[in-house]
Amino acid sequence: MNEGDTIQELRVTPDKYLPHRYAGASGDFNPIHIDKEFATAVGLPSNILHGLYGMAQVARAMQQAAGGDPRKLKRLSVQFRGMGFPEQEIVVTGTVKSADGGRTLIETEAAQGENRIIRNAEAELEL
Amino acid sequence: MDTSKKGRKYPPFTYEVGLEKIREYANAVGEAERVHHDREAATGAGFRDVVAPPMFAVVYSAGAVAPGILDPELGINLARMLHGSQEFEWGEPVCAGDRIETTAEVKDLYEKDGRQFYVFESVSRNQDGQEVVRATWTNIVR
Repeated sequence: MNEGDTIQELRVTPDKYLPHRYAGASGDFNPIHIDKEFATAVGLPSNILHGLYGMAQVARAMQQAAGGDPRKLKRLSVQFRGMGFPEQEIVVTGTVKSADGGRTLIETEAAQGENRIIRNAEAELEL
Repeated sequence: MDTSKKGRKYPPFTYEVGLEKIREYANAVGEAERVHHDREAATGAGFRDVVAPPMFAVVYSAGAVAPGILDPELGINLARMLHGSQEFEWGEPVCAGDRIETTAEVKDLYEKDGRQFYVFESVSRNQDGQEVVRATWTNIVR
């Protein structure tokens, strides 16, 4: 990978019940993620995806860019901004910022349409 | 905002990593790489056992940070709290059968643009004392 290269996009559409499965897998049962009535009662448009589920999709895209080996992902930092929603496609994109001495930095983000749910994310890969 | 609580530490949290929990997590996030599901694939790739996806770090470390988020001494207003940003720095891979101990502390407390920032750092080590992940959790209260 060289500076300026784009990485292979990752596309995934979380289904209606994904937040329930992610809640069980992660242990985060905050009702804003799994209860539409609760979420709308507190002013949200609907139940929203777990931010760390979105981050996991960014991590998967980075692991994929590194050939699938989880050991090659050394660091990932993200900012959570827009809210993510079930039943909308997430697209993770990224660009190589620098590639130097086996350490590759990738600028990445995740979006649902125009709604950028994870921004200013940076991953460090050891390649 | 009372910034004197910076450096406050919380008790260690221990998590024992189960093979089926790794598979459950991998399935939930859509991670299909065989090393996260299949023992032979994992050992063949040089892992001690089925290896956790990197973001499985939330499963074993969040329990160390939760007492900070709920700490009355910090008094975070949960109803107005957002998870603002997150960083993980990975070390030794985590495999099924590992026993992970995580400690957390208040790394920083500050106000910016009328919002309060509560920053926690957690460090997780395996049963051999190797660091597996170092995480920075930034929660923002509007």
